[in-house]
Amino acid sequence: MSFYQQYGIVAIVAVFGALLYAVIMLVNRIMRPTIPSPLKLSVYECGVESEGVGWSQMNIRYYVFAFLFVIFDVEAVFIFPWAVIVGDLDATTRISPVFALVAMFLFIGTLLEGLAYAWKKGVLTWE
Amino acid sequence: MDQPLWVPIFQTLVVFVYFLLVTAVLIWAERRVVARMQHRVGPNRVGPFGALQTLVDGAKMFFKEDPTPGMVNNPVYTIAPLVGVIAGFLSIAVIPLGFDVTLFGETFPLVVADLNVGVLWILAMGSIHVYSVFLAGWSSNSPYPLLGGIRSSAQMVSYEIAQGLAVASVVVYAGSLRISDIIAGQQTSTLIEGMPGWYAIPLFPAFLVFVIGMVAEAGRPPFDLAEAEGELVGGFHTEYSGMRFGMFMLAEFMNVVTMSAIVVTLFLGGPNGPTFGLPDAIAWVLPILWFSLKMIGFIFFFILLRGALPRYRYDRLMSLGWKVLIPIALVWVLVTAGFVLLAEEGIATTVRLVLAGAAGLLVLALLVTAGPARLAGASDRPKRAPIPTPAPDRAPASRHVERDREEVAP
Repeated sequence: MSFYQQYGIVAIVAVFGALLYAVIMLVNRIMRPTIPSPLKLSVYECGVESEGVGWSQMNIRYYVFAFLFVIFDVEAVFIFPWAVIVGDLDATTRISPVFALVAMFLFIGTLLEGLAYAWKKGVLTWE
Repeated sequence: MDQPLWVPIFQTLVVFVYFLLVTAVLIWAERRVVARMQHRVGPNRVGPFGALQTLVDGAKMFFKEDPTPGMVNNPVYTIAPLVGVIAGFLSIAVIPLGFDVTLFGETFPLVVADLNVGVLWILAMGSIHVYSVFLAGWSSNSPYPLLGGIRSSAQMVSYEIAQGLAVASVVVYAGSLRISDIIAGQQTSTLIEGMPGWYAIPLFPAFLVFVIGMVAEAGRPPFDLAEAEGELVGGFHTEYSGMRFGMFMLAEFMNVVTMSAIVVTLFLGGPNGPTFGLPDAIAWVLPILWFSLKMIGFIFFFILLRGALPRYRYDRLMSLGWKVLIPIALVWVLVTAGFVLLAEEGIATTVRLVLAGAAGLLVLALLVTAGPARLAGASDRPKRAPIPTPAPDRAPASRHVERDREEVAP
């Protein structure tokens, strides 16, 4: 199948999912009771009266983890193309297998060093 | 187009009905099995062995009121469950149930779309699922759902890295991102004659990382702490009710099925299996059967985990992800690449096997010397000044005395 056919089917699946959701919500709207009350509009949270504002402060650590995630996700972007072609390399290709391997060793080694640094600095420790 | 139009529609429908049915059976099976593990009976009223319970529960959802609380950010609040459901649908689109099937004179594979970036597609859809969780938590505008959403998404992105790197070793070994190539690569073993060439054997550490990662990714026990229903009300979807809550539940259970299907496809050969020399007219059923059996095995594993293990602590969960799984997965990518490339240099299989085994033992030795307690972050504690209670995630309530009551009132 061609490129457009395949992704066309995927797009149809996405539309199908959205339609299914719409139909379910529509049927729900027809069948469900609607008995509004001021209490139903208030914050539920855990059943007791809620304290503080909704968008409250959070631990700064989540931000650090988000940062680390971005670093490692970008790294994955570099690893995948390498991973696809690395098996095809041999003595006849322009880049030798050993070169590809050493290059990736250096790259991943640098990243591991970064992880070790974050580890040593106590960033990965939750308290 | 060389095929009539009904073929892709039929393909798509078969795959979807199959996965939705498995999801329904999973919900029933989970309640039955966990009940049995806890010396209860479980649902047994509706249908034989209560098998229709899922259907009745789903129908019940339609009759539930679905109020939108006043404080939420409404467009985002409504879109969040939709994003989760669509991401779930799209990630199963690349997983084949079986090999080519011939029906009514047309031959087609039982997969929605065999994309050339199949593996990346699965990872991308996992990332989009995080959006659903985070947006649901944020748009609720309520402290607990917000924290639940942030915790869930931090957990999911952390384990996503480990999972992605585990998948990278599969890609190195298979040399392709296409799912059908990965399955074809597992048909016969290149290392041991006559054994199935499942990638779980040569890539065992990556397989382990992936299995642990998929449990955390699906937010299932023992890693369900962000929505621990016994302790909290329910994490990021606390403010949801009615059918929109039901959609989150559907997305979560479908995630379990999808994860099981993915691990079977990437590491356990997917639909590969013996055909016993049956004629082609019947033989196409067998791959579907093998695939289903392997997948049901993993679903059962998810259910057993829930019944057997206590919930993990959040700091330990993050430590496990960052300090154990990610380094192991990274190292194993390199070991796999070395193993594949040394073959190009003309080094014998036995030497390569010995080298790979040595690398595996080294990883294991590092893990043992580092010690599970240390890796779990327990020994990091005393270094700092003792804190009697863990610092609260929430800001103290006194700092926000003014509450937006006007906004809450109708």
